[in-house]
Amino acid sequence: MGQILQDSVMVSNYIKGDECALGVLIERHKQRIYSFIYSKVLDRDITEDIFQDTFIKVIRTLKKGNYNEEGKFLPWVMRISHNLVIDHFRKNNRMPKYDNNGDFNIFSVLSDTNLNAENRIIKSQVENDVRRLVEELPADQKEVLLMRMYQDLSFKEISEKTGVSINTALGRMRYALINLRKVIDKHNIVLTN
Amino acid sequence: MAKNYTRSSPEMKKMLPKKETISFLLNYSKALSVINYKRMKFETLLN
Repeated sequence: MGQILQDSVMVSNYIKGDECALGVLIERHKQRIYSFIYSKVLDRDITEDIFQDTFIKVIRTLKKGNYNEEGKFLPWVMRISHNLVIDHFRKNNRMPKYDNNGDFNIFSVLSDTNLNAENRIIKSQVENDVRRLVEELPADQKEVLLMRMYQDLSFKEISEKTGVSINTALGRMRYALINLRKVIDKHNIVLTN
Repeated sequence: MAKNYTRSSPEMKKMLPKKETISFLLNYSKALSVINYKRMKFETLLN
């Protein structure tokens, strides 16, 4: 109870212009407030920021004369810090950030999508193999496959261009794929990188 | 008799803000003044 009275006296002294009273109040409660913030955010730098913002708010409110909770200084400051912790998490939810300290490594999320020299060679070999396999297909099947896979045409467009029905185009595509698979199986061709 | 081997974590002992933070707050407080004009309040930072 003595502590609560002292806090309220300190607060009113500070409002009257005694700057030292603020130092006493901060010294008295810094550990509890700091630990409370740290227990929520688990990061020293963020705790430091929120602790500072909390007291900036306290100072501004007291200096403006808007403080009306005499005798309940610590719960009031704790509530301010609690609100700022919530603000911090809200802000982070809107804009998540990845920091590269501790166990988390940003490069486990971001990877280099460029292929290395070996994979580039494998990729070009696979592409060459596929090209040769497609060349071996009967002309009508090859035509449909190229239009579908490389020109990205729909079967309706293919049927219009080649002058056959959609069903025929679908059938040719199906046979093209079956034939490709047959040749791949027969010669044990590996088409993966 | 039960033996208690727990030690207080060193992290918990150091749960205090940096001196610079407190010094900043005290300086901020000294620099901030609020001027009342009629029903309006103006904040000024004298730094």
